[in-house]
Amino acid sequence: MPVLEKDGAQIWRRHTLREKLVRWFGWLLGLLVFAICWQIISQSTTWFFVWDAPRIANDIWTRATPPRWEYITQLGRPIWDTLNIATLGTIIALFLAVPVAFLAARNTTPSALFIRPVALLIIVSTRSINSLIWALLLIAIIGPGVFAGVIAIAIRSIGFCAKLLYEAIEEIDHAQVEAITATGASRWQVMAYGIVPQIMPAFAGVAVFRWDINIRESTVLGLVGAGGIGLQLSSSLNVLAWPQVSLILLVILAAVVLSEWVSAKVRGAII
Amino acid sequence: MGLSHCRVRGLLMLRLQKLTKTYKTGDQALKAIDLEVPKGQVLALIGPSGAGKSTMIRCINRLVEPTSGAVILENTDLTKLGPGALRRARREMGMIFQEYALVERLTVMENVLSGRLGYVGFWRSFLRRYPQADVDEAFRLLDRVGLLHMADKRADELSGGQRQRVGICRALIQNPKLLLVDEPTASLDPKTSRQIMRLITELCRERGLAAIINIHDVALAQMFVPRIVGLRFGEIVFDGVPAALTAEKLTEIYGEEDWEATIEAVEDDEEVEAAQ
Repeated sequence: MPVLEKDGAQIWRRHTLREKLVRWFGWLLGLLVFAICWQIISQSTTWFFVWDAPRIANDIWTRATPPRWEYITQLGRPIWDTLNIATLGTIIALFLAVPVAFLAARNTTPSALFIRPVALLIIVSTRSINSLIWALLLIAIIGPGVFAGVIAIAIRSIGFCAKLLYEAIEEIDHAQVEAITATGASRWQVMAYGIVPQIMPAFAGVAVFRWDINIRESTVLGLVGAGGIGLQLSSSLNVLAWPQVSLILLVILAAVVLSEWVSAKVRGAII
Repeated sequence: MGLSHCRVRGLLMLRLQKLTKTYKTGDQALKAIDLEVPKGQVLALIGPSGAGKSTMIRCINRLVEPTSGAVILENTDLTKLGPGALRRARREMGMIFQEYALVERLTVMENVLSGRLGYVGFWRSFLRRYPQADVDEAFRLLDRVGLLHMADKRADELSGGQRQRVGICRALIQNPKLLLVDEPTASLDPKTSRQIMRLITELCRERGLAAIINIHDVALAQMFVPRIVGLRFGEIVFDGVPAALTAEKLTEIYGEEDWEATIEAVEDDEEVEAAQ
Protein backbone atom coordinates (compact mmCIF):
# COMPACT_ATOMS: atom_id res chain seq x y z
CA MET A 1 0.00 0.00 0.00
CA PRO A 2 2.02 2.89 -1.29
CA VAL A 3 -0.41 5.47 0.05
CA LEU A 4 0.02 6.08 3.76
CA GLU A 5 -1.67 8.37 6.16
CA LYS A 6 0.49 10.41 8.48
CA ASP A 7 -0.70 13.30 10.59
CA GLY A 8 -3.80 13.57 8.47
CA ALA A 9 -1.80 14.10 5.26
CA GLN A 10 -1.68 11.50 2.49
CA ILE A 11 1.82 10.38 1.69
CA TRP A 12 2.66 8.53 -1.51
CA ARG A 13 5.69 6.29 -1.93
CA ARG A 14 6.66 4.37 -5.04
CA HIS A 15 7.16 1.12 -3.13
CA THR A 16 5.81 -0.37 0.06
CA LEU A 17 8.23 -1.31 2.84
CA ARG A 18 8.05 -4.97 1.87
CA GLU A 19 8.88 -4.19 -1.76
CA LYS A 20 11.82 -2.06 -0.61
CA LEU A 21 13.29 -4.93 1.41
CA VAL A 22 12.90 -7.40 -1.44
CA ARG A 23 14.65 -5.01 -3.81
CA TRP A 24 17.49 -4.35 -1.38
CA PHE A 25 18.18 -8.07 -0.97
CA GLY A 26 17.92 -8.52 -4.73
CA TRP A 27 20.70 -5.99 -5.33
CA LEU A 28 22.81 -7.56 -2.55
CA LEU A 29 22.48 -11.00 -4.10
CA GLY A 30 23.35 -9.65 -7.54
CA LEU A 31 26.53 -7.99 -6.22
CA LEU A 32 27.58 -11.16 -4.43
CA VAL A 33 27.18 -13.26 -7.60
CA PHE A 34 29.18 -10.67 -9.57
CA ALA A 35 32.00 -10.66 -7.01
CA ILE A 36 32.23 -14.46 -6.94
CA CYS A 37 32.23 -14.74 -10.73
CA TRP A 38 34.91 -12.08 -10.96
CA GLN A 39 37.05 -14.11 -8.57
CA ILE A 40 36.70 -17.30 -10.65
CA ILE A 41 37.38 -15.61 -13.97
CA SER A 42 40.35 -13.77 -12.57
CA GLN A 43 41.93 -17.00 -11.30
CA SER A 44 41.70 -18.67 -14.71
CA THR A 45 42.97 -15.68 -16.67
CA THR A 46 46.60 -15.38 -17.68
CA TRP A 47 46.90 -11.73 -16.76
CA PHE A 48 50.21 -11.41 -18.48
CA PHE A 49 48.48 -11.68 -21.89
CA VAL A 50 45.86 -9.12 -20.95
CA TRP A 51 48.43 -6.57 -19.73
CA ASP A 52 50.46 -7.32 -22.83
CA ALA A 53 47.51 -6.90 -25.27
CA PRO A 54 47.88 -3.16 -25.97
CA ARG A 55 51.57 -3.58 -26.71
CA ILE A 56 50.92 -6.47 -29.13
CA ALA A 57 48.07 -4.60 -30.80
CA ASN A 58 50.34 -1.61 -31.21
CA ASP A 59 53.07 -3.88 -32.56
CA ILE A 60 50.72 -5.35 -35.21
CA TRP A 61 49.46 -1.89 -36.08
CA THR A 62 52.99 -0.61 -36.73
CA ARG A 63 53.83 -3.72 -38.75
CA ALA A 64 50.58 -3.43 -40.76
CA THR A 65 51.01 0.27 -41.61
CA PRO A 66 51.52 1.44 -44.20
CA PRO A 67 49.69 -1.19 -46.28
CA ARG A 68 51.72 -2.75 -49.03
CA TRP A 69 50.06 -0.82 -51.85
CA GLU A 70 51.87 -2.57 -54.72
CA TYR A 71 50.21 -5.83 -53.57
CA ILE A 72 46.94 -4.43 -55.01
CA THR A 73 47.91 -5.75 -58.46
CA GLN A 74 47.47 -9.27 -57.11
CA LEU A 75 44.11 -8.52 -55.48
CA GLY A 76 42.09 -7.49 -58.55
CA ARG A 77 41.35 -11.03 -59.61
CA PRO A 78 40.42 -12.35 -56.12
CA ILE A 79 38.06 -9.45 -55.34
CA TRP A 80 36.44 -9.94 -58.77
CA ASP A 81 36.00 -13.62 -57.87
CA THR A 82 34.45 -12.62 -54.55
CA LEU A 83 31.96 -10.29 -56.25
CA ASN A 84 31.10 -13.00 -58.76
CA ILE A 85 30.60 -15.61 -56.02
CA ALA A 86 28.17 -13.26 -54.28
CA THR A 87 26.31 -12.26 -57.44
CA LEU A 88 26.03 -15.70 -59.04
CA GLY A 89 25.17 -17.28 -55.70
CA THR A 90 22.38 -14.74 -55.16
CA ILE A 91 20.96 -15.26 -58.67
CA ILE A 92 20.94 -19.06 -58.31
CA ALA A 93 19.39 -18.73 -54.86
CA LEU A 94 16.61 -16.50 -56.18
CA PHE A 95 15.79 -18.95 -58.99
CA LEU A 96 15.42 -21.72 -56.44
CA ALA A 97 13.76 -19.59 -53.76
CA VAL A 98 10.83 -18.37 -55.89
CA PRO A 99 9.21 -21.79 -56.40
CA VAL A 100 9.94 -22.74 -52.79
CA ALA A 101 8.24 -19.51 -51.62
CA PHE A 102 5.12 -20.21 -53.71
CA LEU A 103 4.98 -23.74 -52.32
CA ALA A 104 5.40 -22.44 -48.76
CA ALA A 105 2.91 -19.56 -48.80
CA ARG A 106 -0.43 -20.59 -47.33
CA ASN A 107 -2.44 -18.92 -50.09
CA THR A 108 -0.55 -20.41 -53.04
CA THR A 109 0.66 -23.83 -51.84
CA PRO A 110 -0.93 -26.72 -53.75
CA SER A 111 -1.17 -28.73 -50.54
CA ALA A 112 -0.92 -27.30 -47.04
CA LEU A 113 -0.69 -30.79 -45.61
CA PHE A 114 2.11 -32.37 -47.67
CA ILE A 115 3.97 -29.84 -49.82
CA ARG A 116 4.05 -26.87 -47.47
CA PRO A 117 5.94 -28.71 -44.69
CA VAL A 118 8.55 -29.85 -47.24
CA ALA A 119 9.03 -26.28 -48.46
CA LEU A 120 9.31 -25.03 -44.89
CA LEU A 121 11.87 -27.75 -44.15
CA ILE A 122 13.98 -26.57 -47.11
CA ILE A 123 13.78 -23.02 -45.81
CA VAL A 124 14.75 -23.91 -42.25
CA SER A 125 17.51 -26.36 -43.14
CA THR A 126 19.30 -24.10 -45.65
CA ARG A 127 19.01 -21.11 -43.34
CA SER A 128 20.27 -22.85 -40.22
CA ILE A 129 23.72 -23.77 -41.57
CA ASN A 130 26.32 -21.02 -42.03
CA SER A 131 27.76 -20.54 -45.53
CA LEU A 132 31.27 -21.26 -44.20
CA ILE A 133 30.09 -24.71 -43.11
CA TRP A 134 28.29 -25.25 -46.43
CA ALA A 135 31.57 -24.32 -48.13
CA LEU A 136 33.54 -26.85 -46.05
CA LEU A 137 31.05 -29.58 -46.98
CA LEU A 138 31.01 -28.62 -50.65
CA ILE A 139 34.80 -28.47 -50.89
CA ALA A 140 34.87 -32.03 -49.66
CA ILE A 141 32.30 -32.99 -52.30
CA ILE A 142 33.21 -30.95 -55.39
CA GLY A 143 36.74 -29.84 -54.56
CA PRO A 144 38.12 -26.40 -53.66
CA GLY A 145 37.56 -23.34 -55.82
CA VAL A 146 35.15 -20.63 -56.82
CA PHE A 147 32.40 -23.07 -57.84
CA ALA A 148 32.13 -24.45 -54.30
CA GLY A 149 31.85 -20.88 -53.03
CA VAL A 150 29.05 -20.03 -55.45
CA ILE A 151 27.05 -23.11 -54.48
CA ALA A 152 27.65 -22.52 -50.76
CA ILE A 153 26.36 -18.94 -51.02
CA ALA A 154 23.41 -20.09 -53.14
CA ILE A 155 22.30 -22.82 -50.74
CA ARG A 156 22.71 -20.58 -47.71
CA SER A 157 20.56 -17.87 -49.36
CA ILE A 158 17.63 -20.04 -50.52
CA GLY A 159 16.00 -20.18 -47.12
CA PHE A 160 16.49 -16.49 -46.39
CA CYS A 161 15.04 -15.35 -49.73
CA ALA A 162 12.22 -17.91 -49.76
CA LYS A 163 11.16 -16.99 -46.22
CA LEU A 164 10.92 -13.27 -46.93
CA LEU A 165 9.20 -13.93 -50.27
CA TYR A 166 6.58 -16.30 -48.90
CA GLU A 167 5.76 -13.80 -46.17
CA ALA A 168 5.24 -11.19 -48.90
CA ILE A 169 3.03 -13.60 -50.85
CA GLU A 170 0.90 -14.25 -47.79
CA GLU A 171 0.36 -10.51 -47.30
CA ILE A 172 -0.94 -9.70 -50.79
CA ASP A 173 -4.33 -8.10 -51.39
CA HIS A 174 -6.67 -10.98 -52.13
CA ALA A 175 -9.18 -8.79 -53.98
CA GLN A 176 -6.77 -8.34 -56.91
CA VAL A 177 -6.37 -12.10 -57.17
CA GLU A 178 -10.16 -12.52 -57.08
CA ALA A 179 -10.59 -9.93 -59.82
CA ILE A 180 -8.13 -11.70 -62.14
CA THR A 181 -9.71 -15.09 -61.36
CA ALA A 182 -13.14 -13.69 -62.20
CA THR A 183 -12.03 -12.86 -65.77
CA GLY A 184 -11.62 -16.57 -66.50
CA ALA A 185 -7.82 -16.47 -66.28
CA SER A 186 -5.89 -19.72 -65.84
CA ARG A 187 -3.94 -20.59 -62.70
CA TRP A 188 -0.66 -19.36 -64.20
CA GLN A 189 -2.24 -16.17 -65.49
CA VAL A 190 -3.67 -15.46 -62.05
CA MET A 191 -0.13 -15.85 -60.70
CA ALA A 192 1.41 -13.60 -63.37
CA TYR A 193 -1.22 -10.87 -63.12
CA GLY A 194 -2.72 -11.14 -59.65
CA ILE A 195 0.25 -12.12 -57.48
CA VAL A 196 3.58 -11.32 -59.18
CA PRO A 197 3.02 -7.55 -59.59
CA GLN A 198 2.14 -7.36 -55.90
CA ILE A 199 5.34 -9.07 -54.72
CA MET A 200 7.75 -7.39 -57.16
CA PRO A 201 8.87 -4.67 -54.69
CA ALA A 202 9.49 -7.30 -52.00
CA PHE A 203 11.34 -9.48 -54.51
CA ALA A 204 13.64 -6.67 -55.61
CA GLY A 205 14.24 -5.62 -52.02
CA VAL A 206 15.09 -9.16 -50.92
CA ALA A 207 17.39 -9.65 -53.92
CA VAL A 208 19.59 -6.61 -53.28
CA PHE A 209 19.53 -7.10 -49.52
CA ARG A 210 20.73 -10.70 -49.86
CA TRP A 211 23.34 -9.71 -52.49
CA ASP A 212 24.65 -7.14 -50.03
CA ILE A 213 24.93 -9.77 -47.26
CA ASN A 214 26.50 -12.29 -49.65
CA ILE A 215 29.34 -9.95 -50.60
CA ARG A 216 30.35 -9.85 -46.95
CA GLU A 217 29.92 -13.60 -46.53
CA SER A 218 31.88 -14.44 -49.67
CA THR A 219 34.94 -12.48 -48.48
CA VAL A 220 35.57 -15.11 -45.80
CA LEU A 221 34.83 -18.18 -47.93
CA GLY A 222 38.45 -18.18 -49.15
CA LEU A 223 39.59 -18.94 -45.61
CA VAL A 224 38.42 -22.51 -46.13
CA GLY A 225 39.50 -22.63 -49.77
CA ALA A 226 36.30 -21.76 -51.57
CA GLY A 227 37.79 -19.02 -53.74
CA GLY A 228 37.80 -15.25 -53.58
CA ILE A 229 39.81 -12.74 -51.59
CA GLY A 230 39.64 -14.80 -48.39
CA LEU A 231 42.28 -17.07 -49.90
CA GLN A 232 44.76 -14.17 -50.06
CA LEU A 233 43.78 -13.13 -46.56
CA SER A 234 44.46 -16.54 -45.08
CA SER A 235 47.78 -16.99 -46.87
CA SER A 236 48.91 -13.50 -45.84
CA LEU A 237 47.94 -14.23 -42.23
CA ASN A 238 49.80 -17.53 -42.31
CA VAL A 239 53.07 -15.86 -43.32
CA LEU A 240 52.44 -12.89 -40.98
CA ALA A 241 52.51 -10.45 -43.91
CA TRP A 242 50.67 -7.72 -41.98
CA PRO A 243 50.96 -4.93 -44.60
CA GLN A 244 49.19 -7.27 -47.05
CA VAL A 245 46.49 -8.11 -44.50
CA SER A 246 45.73 -4.45 -43.92
CA LEU A 247 45.48 -3.82 -47.66
CA ILE A 248 43.11 -6.78 -48.07
CA LEU A 249 40.93 -5.47 -45.24
CA LEU A 250 40.81 -2.07 -46.96
CA VAL A 251 39.80 -3.67 -50.27
CA ILE A 252 37.03 -5.68 -48.53
CA LEU A 253 35.84 -2.50 -46.83
CA ALA A 254 35.69 -0.73 -50.20
CA ALA A 255 33.72 -3.60 -51.76
CA VAL A 256 31.21 -3.63 -48.90
CA VAL A 257 30.75 0.14 -49.02
CA LEU A 258 30.19 -0.12 -52.77
CA SER A 259 27.59 -2.86 -52.36
CA GLU A 260 25.79 -0.86 -49.65
CA TRP A 261 25.65 2.10 -52.00
CA VAL A 262 24.37 0.05 -54.93
CA SER A 263 21.68 -1.70 -52.88
CA ALA A 264 20.52 1.59 -51.35
CA LYS A 265 20.23 3.06 -54.87
CA VAL A 266 18.35 0.05 -56.22
CA ARG A 267 15.96 -0.05 -53.27
CA GLY A 268 15.29 3.67 -53.63
CA ALA A 269 14.56 3.25 -57.34
CA ILE A 270 12.06 0.43 -56.77
CA ILE A 271 10.03 1.77 -53.88
CA MET B 1 -41.18 -3.89 -67.16
CA GLY B 2 -39.17 -6.03 -64.71
CA LEU B 3 -40.57 -9.45 -63.95
CA SER B 4 -43.61 -9.39 -66.22
CA HIS B 5 -41.35 -8.41 -69.12
CA CYS B 6 -39.31 -11.59 -68.76
CA ARG B 7 -42.26 -13.88 -68.39
CA VAL B 8 -43.70 -12.63 -71.66
CA ARG B 9 -40.47 -13.05 -73.58
CA GLY B 10 -39.37 -16.11 -71.64
CA LEU B 11 -35.70 -15.21 -72.09
CA LEU B 12 -33.78 -15.94 -68.93
CA MET B 13 -30.17 -14.85 -68.45
CA LEU B 14 -29.65 -16.36 -65.02
CA ARG B 15 -31.61 -18.57 -62.73
CA LEU B 16 -30.65 -19.46 -59.17
CA GLN B 17 -32.31 -22.60 -57.83
CA LYS B 18 -32.24 -23.34 -54.10
CA LEU B 19 -28.79 -21.75 -53.96
CA THR B 20 -27.35 -22.42 -50.51
CA LYS B 21 -24.03 -21.53 -48.95
CA THR B 22 -23.00 -22.70 -45.51
CA TYR B 23 -19.53 -21.60 -44.40
CA LYS B 24 -17.21 -23.90 -42.49
CA THR B 25 -17.95 -21.89 -39.36
CA GLY B 26 -21.58 -23.01 -39.67
CA ASP B 27 -22.86 -19.59 -40.80
CA GLN B 28 -25.68 -20.03 -43.31
CA ALA B 29 -25.00 -17.14 -45.67
CA LEU B 30 -27.58 -18.16 -48.27
CA LYS B 31 -30.71 -20.21 -47.58
CA ALA B 32 -32.14 -21.83 -50.72
CA ILE B 33 -32.26 -18.67 -52.84
CA ASP B 34 -34.50 -18.79 -55.92
CA LEU B 35 -34.06 -15.91 -58.34
CA GLU B 36 -34.58 -15.30 -62.03
CA VAL B 37 -32.88 -12.55 -63.99
CA PRO B 38 -34.13 -11.97 -67.55
CA LYS B 39 -31.80 -10.91 -70.35
CA GLY B 40 -30.89 -7.26 -70.26
CA GLN B 41 -32.34 -6.61 -66.82
CA VAL B 42 -30.44 -4.62 -64.21
CA LEU B 43 -31.24 -5.66 -60.68
CA ALA B 44 -30.13 -4.16 -57.38
CA LEU B 45 -29.51 -6.39 -54.41
CA ILE B 46 -29.98 -4.55 -51.13
CA GLY B 47 -29.77 -5.68 -47.54
CA PRO B 48 -27.83 -5.14 -44.31
CA SER B 49 -24.16 -6.14 -43.93
CA GLY B 50 -23.93 -9.88 -43.52
CA ALA B 51 -27.20 -10.52 -45.34
CA GLY B 52 -25.31 -12.59 -47.93
CA LYS B 53 -25.17 -10.12 -50.83
CA SER B 54 -21.45 -10.57 -51.51
CA THR B 55 -21.67 -14.31 -51.01
CA MET B 56 -24.50 -14.55 -53.50
CA ILE B 57 -22.60 -12.69 -56.21
CA ARG B 58 -19.49 -14.76 -55.57
CA CYS B 59 -21.45 -18.00 -55.66
CA ILE B 60 -22.64 -17.14 -59.17
CA ASN B 61 -19.13 -17.12 -60.68
CA ARG B 62 -17.90 -19.56 -58.03
CA LEU B 63 -15.28 -17.37 -56.44
CA VAL B 64 -17.10 -18.84 -53.45
CA GLU B 65 -18.13 -22.47 -53.90
CA PRO B 66 -21.90 -22.90 -53.26
CA THR B 67 -22.85 -25.68 -50.84
CA SER B 68 -25.88 -26.81 -52.83
CA GLY B 69 -28.36 -25.63 -55.42
CA ALA B 70 -27.91 -24.62 -59.03
CA VAL B 71 -26.67 -21.51 -60.84
CA ILE B 72 -28.00 -21.65 -64.40
CA LEU B 73 -26.48 -19.16 -66.84
CA GLU B 74 -28.65 -19.38 -69.95
CA ASN B 75 -28.68 -23.19 -70.30
CA THR B 76 -25.59 -24.20 -68.32
CA ASP B 77 -25.51 -25.18 -64.67
CA LEU B 78 -22.29 -23.51 -63.50
CA THR B 79 -22.10 -25.56 -60.31
CA LYS B 80 -21.53 -28.73 -62.36
CA LEU B 81 -18.61 -27.41 -64.42
CA GLY B 82 -15.03 -28.67 -64.21
CA PRO B 83 -12.11 -26.19 -63.90
CA GLY B 84 -11.64 -25.59 -67.65
CA ALA B 85 -15.33 -25.15 -68.41
CA LEU B 86 -15.72 -22.91 -65.36
CA ARG B 87 -12.97 -20.62 -66.67
CA ARG B 88 -14.75 -20.40 -70.02
CA ALA B 89 -18.05 -19.67 -68.25
CA ARG B 90 -16.39 -16.93 -66.16
CA ARG B 91 -15.55 -15.09 -69.40
CA GLU B 92 -19.30 -14.57 -69.85
CA MET B 93 -19.59 -12.81 -66.49
CA GLY B 94 -17.87 -9.49 -65.88
CA MET B 95 -17.24 -8.53 -62.27
CA ILE B 96 -16.85 -5.09 -60.72
CA PHE B 97 -15.54 -4.75 -57.16
CA GLN B 98 -16.01 -2.59 -54.10
CA GLU B 99 -12.41 -1.44 -53.68
CA TYR B 100 -11.92 -1.57 -57.46
CA ALA B 101 -9.50 -4.55 -57.11
CA LEU B 102 -7.26 -3.22 -59.87
CA VAL B 103 -3.75 -4.61 -60.01
CA GLU B 104 -2.22 -1.52 -58.47
CA ARG B 105 1.27 -1.82 -59.93
CA LEU B 106 0.13 -2.36 -63.51
CA THR B 107 -0.89 0.37 -65.93
CA VAL B 108 -4.48 1.28 -66.74
CA MET B 109 -4.10 -0.39 -70.14
CA GLU B 110 -2.74 -3.61 -68.64
CA ASN B 111 -5.61 -3.64 -66.16
CA VAL B 112 -8.20 -3.23 -68.90
CA LEU B 113 -6.54 -5.88 -71.08
CA SER B 114 -6.45 -8.30 -68.14
CA GLY B 115 -10.18 -8.69 -68.81
CA ARG B 116 -9.16 -10.67 -71.93
CA LEU B 117 -7.03 -13.18 -69.99
CA GLY B 118 -9.64 -15.88 -70.44
CA TYR B 119 -9.28 -15.60 -74.23
CA VAL B 120 -5.51 -15.23 -74.53
CA GLY B 121 -2.82 -17.87 -73.95
CA PHE B 122 -0.35 -17.63 -71.07
CA TRP B 123 2.74 -16.49 -72.99
CA ARG B 124 0.87 -13.91 -75.04
CA SER B 125 -0.57 -12.44 -71.85
CA PHE B 126 2.77 -12.70 -70.01
CA LEU B 127 4.55 -10.82 -72.81
CA ARG B 128 1.61 -8.39 -73.11
CA ARG B 129 1.16 -9.28 -76.80
CA TYR B 130 -2.62 -9.02 -76.93
CA PRO B 131 -4.42 -9.29 -80.30
CA GLN B 132 -4.80 -5.89 -81.96
CA ALA B 133 -8.60 -6.27 -81.81
CA ASP B 134 -8.41 -6.44 -78.00
CA VAL B 135 -6.18 -3.37 -77.84
CA ASP B 136 -8.56 -1.46 -80.13
CA GLU B 137 -11.50 -2.43 -77.93
CA ALA B 138 -9.59 -1.36 -74.81
CA PHE B 139 -8.97 2.08 -76.33
CA ARG B 140 -12.65 2.34 -77.33
CA LEU B 141 -13.80 1.48 -73.80
CA LEU B 142 -11.34 3.88 -72.15
CA ASP B 143 -12.57 6.58 -74.48
CA ARG B 144 -16.19 5.72 -73.61
CA VAL B 145 -15.54 6.19 -69.87
CA GLY B 146 -13.40 9.28 -70.48
CA LEU B 147 -10.02 7.87 -69.46
CA LEU B 148 -8.24 7.63 -72.81
CA HIS B 149 -5.55 10.06 -71.66
CA MET B 150 -4.83 7.85 -68.62
CA ALA B 151 -4.05 4.65 -70.54
CA ASP B 152 -0.34 4.73 -69.64
CA LYS B 153 -0.73 5.77 -66.00
CA ARG B 154 -0.22 3.25 -63.24
CA ALA B 155 -3.48 2.22 -61.57
CA ASP B 156 -2.37 3.49 -58.15
CA GLU B 157 -2.03 7.02 -59.53
CA LEU B 158 -5.78 7.27 -60.23
CA SER B 159 -8.56 8.65 -58.05
CA GLY B 160 -11.33 6.40 -56.73
CA GLY B 161 -13.84 7.27 -59.43
CA GLN B 162 -11.23 6.82 -62.16
CA ARG B 163 -10.20 3.45 -60.78
CA GLN B 164 -13.77 2.23 -60.76
CA ARG B 165 -14.10 3.31 -64.41
CA VAL B 166 -11.05 1.18 -65.21
CA GLY B 167 -12.72 -1.66 -63.29
CA ILE B 168 -15.80 -1.22 -65.47
CA CYS B 169 -13.68 -1.35 -68.64
CA ARG B 170 -11.97 -4.53 -67.42
CA ALA B 171 -15.35 -6.16 -66.91
CA LEU B 172 -16.78 -4.98 -70.24
CA ILE B 173 -13.80 -5.98 -72.39
CA GLN B 174 -14.67 -9.57 -71.50
CA ASN B 175 -17.72 -9.00 -73.68
CA PRO B 176 -19.89 -10.50 -70.94
CA LYS B 177 -23.58 -11.34 -70.97
CA LEU B 178 -23.97 -10.66 -67.28
CA LEU B 179 -22.36 -8.15 -64.94
CA LEU B 180 -21.78 -9.00 -61.29
CA VAL B 181 -21.28 -5.76 -59.41
CA ASP B 182 -20.23 -5.82 -55.76
CA GLU B 183 -20.80 -2.52 -53.92
CA PRO B 184 -19.49 -0.33 -56.78
CA THR B 185 -19.91 2.90 -54.87
CA ALA B 186 -19.00 1.93 -51.31
CA SER B 187 -15.63 3.71 -51.40
CA LEU B 188 -16.76 6.75 -53.40
CA ASP B 189 -18.18 10.17 -52.53
CA PRO B 190 -21.89 10.83 -53.23
CA LYS B 191 -21.37 12.65 -56.52
CA THR B 192 -18.92 10.10 -57.93
CA SER B 193 -21.24 7.33 -56.70
CA ARG B 194 -24.05 8.67 -58.85
CA GLN B 195 -21.78 9.09 -61.85
CA ILE B 196 -20.56 5.51 -61.52
CA MET B 197 -24.08 4.11 -61.07
CA ARG B 198 -25.29 6.10 -64.06
CA LEU B 199 -22.36 4.87 -66.14
CA ILE B 200 -22.94 1.22 -65.21
CA THR B 201 -26.68 1.33 -65.92
CA GLU B 202 -26.14 3.27 -69.17
CA LEU B 203 -23.55 0.78 -70.39
CA CYS B 204 -25.87 -2.12 -69.52
CA ARG B 205 -28.61 -0.51 -71.58
CA GLU B 206 -26.28 0.18 -74.53
CA ARG B 207 -25.08 -3.40 -74.60
CA GLY B 208 -28.25 -5.14 -73.48
CA LEU B 209 -26.42 -6.54 -70.46
CA ALA B 210 -28.07 -8.10 -67.46
CA ALA B 211 -26.56 -7.03 -64.14
CA ILE B 212 -26.80 -7.80 -60.45
CA ILE B 213 -25.64 -4.83 -58.41
CA ASN B 214 -24.99 -5.23 -54.68
CA ILE B 215 -25.55 -1.90 -53.09
CA HIS B 216 -26.16 -0.75 -49.53
CA ASP B 217 -27.31 2.74 -50.55
CA VAL B 218 -31.08 2.28 -50.95
CA ALA B 219 -31.64 5.75 -52.41
CA LEU B 220 -29.03 5.18 -55.08
CA ALA B 221 -30.57 1.82 -56.01
CA GLN B 222 -34.04 3.32 -56.30
CA MET B 223 -32.69 6.11 -58.46
CA PHE B 224 -31.05 4.00 -61.16
CA VAL B 225 -32.36 0.45 -61.08
CA PRO B 226 -35.79 -0.86 -62.22
CA ARG B 227 -35.89 -3.95 -59.98
CA ILE B 228 -34.84 -4.30 -56.38
CA VAL B 229 -34.31 -7.50 -54.44
CA GLY B 230 -33.99 -7.30 -50.66
CA LEU B 231 -31.93 -9.86 -48.84
CA ARG B 232 -32.03 -10.53 -45.10
CA PHE B 233 -30.25 -13.35 -43.24
CA GLY B 234 -29.67 -15.13 -46.56
CA GLU B 235 -33.28 -15.04 -47.68
CA ILE B 236 -35.12 -12.91 -50.23
CA VAL B 237 -37.65 -10.78 -48.36
CA PHE B 238 -38.46 -8.28 -51.10
CA ASP B 239 -38.60 -8.38 -54.89
CA GLY B 240 -40.22 -5.57 -56.83
CA VAL B 241 -40.00 -2.15 -58.41
CA PRO B 242 -38.40 0.73 -56.46
CA ALA B 243 -41.74 2.41 -55.86
CA ALA B 244 -42.96 -0.64 -53.93
CA LEU B 245 -40.16 -0.22 -51.41
CA THR B 246 -42.14 1.33 -48.56
CA ALA B 247 -41.09 2.04 -44.99
CA GLU B 248 -42.61 -1.30 -43.91
CA LYS B 249 -40.62 -3.16 -46.55
CA LEU B 250 -37.40 -1.42 -45.53
CA THR B 251 -38.09 -2.38 -41.92
CA GLU B 252 -38.55 -5.95 -43.05
CA ILE B 253 -35.18 -5.89 -44.83
CA TYR B 254 -33.06 -3.87 -42.44
CA GLY B 255 -34.97 -3.91 -39.15
CA GLU B 256 -36.71 -1.20 -37.15
CA GLU B 257 -35.68 2.38 -38.01
CA ASP B 258 -37.29 5.62 -39.13
CA TRP B 259 -37.36 5.26 -42.93
CA GLU B 260 -39.49 8.25 -43.87
CA ALA B 261 -36.44 10.50 -44.36
CA THR B 262 -34.82 7.98 -46.72
CA ILE B 263 -37.92 7.68 -48.87
CA GLU B 264 -38.39 11.46 -49.01
CA ALA B 265 -34.73 11.94 -49.88
CA VAL B 266 -35.17 9.59 -52.79
CA GLU B 267 -38.07 11.58 -54.13
CA ASP B 268 -36.07 14.79 -53.82
CA ASP B 269 -33.15 13.22 -55.60
CA GLU B 270 -35.35 12.09 -58.44
CA GLU B 271 -36.57 15.64 -58.90
CA VAL B 272 -33.00 16.90 -58.97
CA GLU B 273 -32.00 14.23 -61.46
CA ALA B 274 -35.00 15.04 -63.64
CA ALA B 275 -34.17 18.74 -63.55
CA GLN B 276 -30.60 18.16 -64.74
